[in-house]
Amino acid sequence: MTALYLTLLIPLAATLCFAVIGHWKQAGTLNLLVCLATFGTSLQCAVEVFNHGALLSPGKLFYVDAFNVYLLLLNAFVGLTTAVFSRSYMAHEVEIGRVDDARMRLYHSMYQGFLLTMLVALTTNNLGLLWVAIEGATLATVLLVSLYRTPESIEAGWKYFILCGVGIAQALFGTVLIYFAAERVLPGTDDALLWSVLKQHAGELEPTVLTLAFVFLLVGYGTKIGLVPLHNWLPDAHSEGPTPMSAILSGLLLNIALYAVVRYKMLIEPALGNHLPGYLMMGFGMLSFTVASILLHRQKDVKRMFSYSSIEHMGLMTFAFGIGGPLATFGALLHMIVHSLTKSAIFVTVGHAAHVAGTQSIDKIRGLIRTQPAIGWSLLFGTIAIAGFPPFGVFTSEFLLFTATMKSWPWLVFPLLFGLGVAFAGLFRHLQPMVFGEPPAGQLPVKANMLPVLLHLLLVLLLGIAIPDVLSRWLDQATIMVVGKGLL
Amino acid sequence: MNGWLLAIVQTGLLIAAAPFLAGWVKWVKCRLQSRQGPPPWQPYRDLHRLFGKEVVVAAVASPIFRSAPYLIFSVTALACSVVPLVAIGLPTTAIADVIVLVGFFALGRFFLALAGMDIGTSFGGMGASREMTIASLAEPAMLLGVFTLAMTVHSTNLASMISYLLENPFQLYPSFVFAAMGMVLVAVAETGRIPIDNPATHLELTMVHEAMILEYSGRHLALMEWAAMLKLMIYSVLLVNLFCPWGLVVDYTPPALLQGLLVVTVKVLLLGTILAFAETALAKMRLFRVPQYLALAFILCLLGILSHVILEVN
Amino acid sequence: MALTQLSLAEQLVLTLAALILFTSFLLLAQNRIVSLIHTFAWQGVLLFVTTCLMAANSGRHHLFISAGLTLALKVFFIPWQLRRLVIKLDIRRDVEVVGGPSLVMIAGGVLVLFSYYVVLPIRELSFLASRNTIAISLAVILIGMLMIITRRKAVAQVIGFMSLENGLFFAAVVATYGMPMVVELGIAFDVLVAAILFGIFFFQLRSGIGSLDVDHLNRLHEVDR
Repeated sequence: MTALYLTLLIPLAATLCFAVIGHWKQAGTLNLLVCLATFGTSLQCAVEVFNHGALLSPGKLFYVDAFNVYLLLLNAFVGLTTAVFSRSYMAHEVEIGRVDDARMRLYHSMYQGFLLTMLVALTTNNLGLLWVAIEGATLATVLLVSLYRTPESIEAGWKYFILCGVGIAQALFGTVLIYFAAERVLPGTDDALLWSVLKQHAGELEPTVLTLAFVFLLVGYGTKIGLVPLHNWLPDAHSEGPTPMSAILSGLLLNIALYAVVRYKMLIEPALGNHLPGYLMMGFGMLSFTVASILLHRQKDVKRMFSYSSIEHMGLMTFAFGIGGPLATFGALLHMIVHSLTKSAIFVTVGHAAHVAGTQSIDKIRGLIRTQPAIGWSLLFGTIAIAGFPPFGVFTSEFLLFTATMKSWPWLVFPLLFGLGVAFAGLFRHLQPMVFGEPPAGQLPVKANMLPVLLHLLLVLLLGIAIPDVLSRWLDQATIMVVGKGLL
Repeated sequence: MNGWLLAIVQTGLLIAAAPFLAGWVKWVKCRLQSRQGPPPWQPYRDLHRLFGKEVVVAAVASPIFRSAPYLIFSVTALACSVVPLVAIGLPTTAIADVIVLVGFFALGRFFLALAGMDIGTSFGGMGASREMTIASLAEPAMLLGVFTLAMTVHSTNLASMISYLLENPFQLYPSFVFAAMGMVLVAVAETGRIPIDNPATHLELTMVHEAMILEYSGRHLALMEWAAMLKLMIYSVLLVNLFCPWGLVVDYTPPALLQGLLVVTVKVLLLGTILAFAETALAKMRLFRVPQYLALAFILCLLGILSHVILEVN
Repeated sequence: MALTQLSLAEQLVLTLAALILFTSFLLLAQNRIVSLIHTFAWQGVLLFVTTCLMAANSGRHHLFISAGLTLALKVFFIPWQLRRLVIKLDIRRDVEVVGGPSLVMIAGGVLVLFSYYVVLPIRELSFLASRNTIAISLAVILIGMLMIITRRKAVAQVIGFMSLENGLFFAAVVATYGMPMVVELGIAFDVLVAAILFGIFFFQLRSGIGSLDVDHLNRLHEVDR
């Protein structure tokens, strides 16, 4: 239990602390240490859950089970590795004068603030607080998106703020409806929004209200996932903010929003007795997957391109969770991990590449592999991984997803394959000149710390070759929680 | 028999009292603007003076022009007989339908517009076209407001509407709040008060009602003016008696009737005072903003219907 | 439950709910920024009174705290802050032309009908006297969204956003007598932070693109041209 509290308290303290000393020269290192501490405690938390089963805090405010603890760990890990990258990246930004002291304070404070809201969203037992935390995550990142104060970044920030604010408001209405349904079953208690309580009473909740609530929740949190047609903010926010931000937005925030939707699906689908939430998720997932893979072709900004790839993968996961069943769910959970790792690695690499070329425009980034082989190879391997090539982990999870689709919806495999093919073509069309092209004269390598990228890609590779027994049992536990039936 | 007598007396009273209300509003307004102002009974003097004057009619005037004042006045007077002033349940109840009332007004307005255009002066035509524009927007809003009320009381008959409200214990109907707001806006537009039209001036470019009756003189003008005053009176009585019906009498004993008369007088004068306040506080709006103003009235009445459906029905 | 079976206080709640909806429509039509802020504050006042009435009617005293939060945030802090910013940025006299006002109004009416039909099944289930107002609260939310869509000025969009929050709060109050206290506080905190961030954004917009007109935000496209 202490580990859980520490996991939340450390980032909280750091948020407040960095608001004062965030511009300090060693703040980046301190940020890294804080993330390391958070990772340590969350690891301990995970071990506890693994050994003793679900944890419920005394005030029933926090609840950690197999499903969210693995995301907790993933969160802390990506937060940590991104902090490694952020240290050198932001030092470079300060050097070239893109950010000043005040903005560095804001940046470091909000980096931790964002991690805090993510961790709260994951661990809270209260569905209302889940909403508060996810909205808090928007608020924490919105000023980071406009950190550079260019017209584009301000536009992106404003869009992000308004669109996500409006979208997530729908989710709050859905939450109110859930509370309304729960109040009928559990009148007069304050426990009616607690996940641990609701799960026990799921069967008694009123189906009509739940159906309506799920639609609002899907639209609300779906905005945050980046589901088409509510995705407009996502590429803008990813491309205009500082790159470490893009890495954690893509690697974490989208996952958390999806986590929220899946939690509700776990609650609502058994209560309804039909598959409506699943169908809705499949529809939105498929739409996002297809549209994003097509739009990916027409991007000129490298971060925008990869953010469309994020939409595509989130669509795929939403689709998989929508199918339901142990195989698809297992695949989707695995995909959450590998996508998170791969995509943050890619964003880190892209950040370095943008420093090398001095721009984010795809047309102007050329010949990375000759100027700085580490970055060039990382980008190449990262893209190969995200496109779903063996032996990387993304291949494994996508293979599982396809198998599951083949089993229950055979004809849907074709659009999926088509989408993957289109996305692959889009990625590599742009990638090839960036990596192998002729470098412009005078392009110099930059100081880059490739450790996080290496670590992420190795992990993804490992997951592709052999999933460790611990992890597979763990994911299986989570699968049992989500669909009631395990794979193993 | 008693009822018929009462109905006739009530109508006569309404017609007789109308100039006083117009005078009252003007008087209060003058007071508010720290002016001496004519006494409230000044309109009677004006009417008397106009009746005594010779009628001058343009050479090109058609019979419509000559007959319009009589037509308009009698239609408006007929409308007066429909409105419950002091008592309800009179024999005239049978035709006391709001839609009939709207129809009377439409008839009057039709002839007014015709008369305005008859001589062929530019002002007359302009006034007529403006009047029709405003009316075409105000009428739907008015009817919508009436229907809002009708949905609650299940009738468009004025007398049965009012008696429904009187018989049932007091309820706070959200739809009535909206209908009242919407109908006040419509009434202001229909009676040509500020901010739609200014009855006190002959500013060429802004006038609506005055433009149409510009060619009239003598007793014709008197009838036209009186009809306009009647319209103000009818709308005032309608508003106070529909939305605040308490004080109307159902039994026809003299003390009760006297009390009812007193109550309605106070209510109408109060409304007149409020109107004077509003006219002092507001400025006349540009003609092109009138559609927006009436759209607001329409929206209010629409909200009235919606809130009836959403909040009141079950 | 028909209207006639309700107590006068409950009927008053319904009327206030209708008035809240009316202020939403006013916000939709209002084209002067200062009047917009005032109308928003009035909506807050109505919300506050409604919440207090609900609290008194139902005996749930924690609603008074929520009402107090509403009063502090929606009636005083946010309008005050917006006013201050509007004066500071010198856009007090700005008039925003709402494109096709009557069309927007009709769309608002359609949204009201839509929300009525959406929540019809819920209404059947509730025992609360205020259950008919759930549709109104959803309508306020949707009209807030419509306002964000139709308005071109950043300040007006923020007011739309905040009025949408009002709708959410109202929904919680009328459907379930408010959310649990910890959630209520969390939401209030989020709203407070959002209000401050919006203020910061006004200055960023002004310095970054030289205008608070979001039409000038046209640099980023779905696909690059």
